[in-house]
Amino acid sequence: MNRDSSRTRVLLVLLLLTATALIVVDHRGGDDSPLRGLRSVAAAFFGPVETAAAAVAGPVGDAVDRVSDLGQGTEQATELDEENQDLRRQLRTSELARNRAAELDALLGTAGAGGYRVVPAEVIAIGSAQTFSWTVTIDAGRNDGIQPDMTVINGEGLVGRVKTVGPVTSTVLLIIDPESAVGVRLEKSMEVGISSGQGNEDDGALGLQLLDAQSGVAEGDRLVSFGSQGAAPYVPGVPVGEVTSVRRSLGTLTRTATVTPFVDFTALDLVAVVVEPPRKNPRDAVLPSRPAASPAPTVTVTVTASPSPSGG
Amino acid sequence: MPATRAALAAAVVLLAIALQLTFLTRLGLPGATPDLVLVAVVALALAHGPGFGLVTGFAAGLMVDLVPPADHEIGRWALVLALVGYAAGMARRENRRSAFVPVVVVAAAAAASVLLYAAVGAVIDDPQVTWVAVSALVPSAVLYAVVLSPFVVSAVLALVRRVEPETLFSRL
Repeated sequence: MNRDSSRTRVLLVLLLLTATALIVVDHRGGDDSPLRGLRSVAAAFFGPVETAAAAVAGPVGDAVDRVSDLGQGTEQATELDEENQDLRRQLRTSELARNRAAELDALLGTAGAGGYRVVPAEVIAIGSAQTFSWTVTIDAGRNDGIQPDMTVINGEGLVGRVKTVGPVTSTVLLIIDPESAVGVRLEKSMEVGISSGQGNEDDGALGLQLLDAQSGVAEGDRLVSFGSQGAAPYVPGVPVGEVTSVRRSLGTLTRTATVTPFVDFTALDLVAVVVEPPRKNPRDAVLPSRPAASPAPTVTVTVTASPSPSGG
Repeated sequence: MPATRAALAAAVVLLAIALQLTFLTRLGLPGATPDLVLVAVVALALAHGPGFGLVTGFAAGLMVDLVPPADHEIGRWALVLALVGYAAGMARRENRRSAFVPVVVVAAAAAASVLLYAAVGAVIDDPQVTWVAVSALVPSAVLYAVVLSPFVVSAVLALVRRVEPETLFSRL
């Protein structure tokens, strides 16, 4: 017993040292770490398992999520009521199929408006909250033409970028991950800025830094992606979000604001990977059209030309 | 006998990882994600002791580090779960016929795992690890783990009993 436990203690030290060494090597290497290749190998083996597991567990989880969502937010009673009715109607028909069709419609609309060539994919696995990283696995990989640093969108806007690619799955880094920063342009003023993820803080809002401190940014301004060099990792013109608050900090060179992303990251399901960027920057053509303002009362003034005395 | 023991542990851990990433994260529960892998490691450690808990925890953690959509430094969960598995295995001696001990061990393991993982993050400058974020995760992580523990621990112990009747019965 004594010999056994001392052997266990040696093993404990060995394994802890191994883990520490792995962490240090991987952390030093960053994105070029020699260990990242292991991720692709693991994806090759575990990707198909996740795809199969998601096919069984996914719909159940979605249904539970939808039910638990209904319980939250007591102040939105009317909204929930409507949603309830919607859900009941959807339950009667084939709920999942309808949702999928609507999502696919929106997705194709976005892709069509921007002129992107996309590969549709489904979210099959989501990272745990304890890992402090916001990533998901999608069921499209190298075999579908996916490569690292491709843009991922859905019907609502920008989702993220492809990080690791396996044969049949790939890992997407969401734009709400603190590691993620997206170049953006304001719809109205054409100002350029950088939106960065903040994880769960602020209800999953993005931070926005405008490069010009004098720029006029207001609540309700909408953002599209600016586009990276060579359209990787982000293609231009994808809707990102809407400015919800502007912080006025004196004495800084940049201006900061909070942006609510268009994409609902808690209910991510169908996404598309942009495999071919648009030939021409679509600017803000992809943004949904603003709801029409209620028509202001118009006053019609009729002026009748009175015969004026000529001459004089 | 160790061969079947290892095979059973591998099967339990793989099932836990698949369920956690494809099902439990999708529930969108507030706070932490229910850590089924952690509870499974603790259950296996309670059945077989610190040495087995240590190796199972390290292997399970390494899997969690590698399986998509993981994107953190490889080795972080391996370090955390190896320690948790070892410590949980130490509680095996006090585990005789008590339904209470496993729950306490699981609760302590859940809190320790979140804190340890965050501590490693703090050492290597993970920008997301803040005291606010960590303190928001711990209570929900403990709660979910405690809720999972009666089902998972009893299921794992029943499996172990079926595969290796003599080990458990001689000890318990």
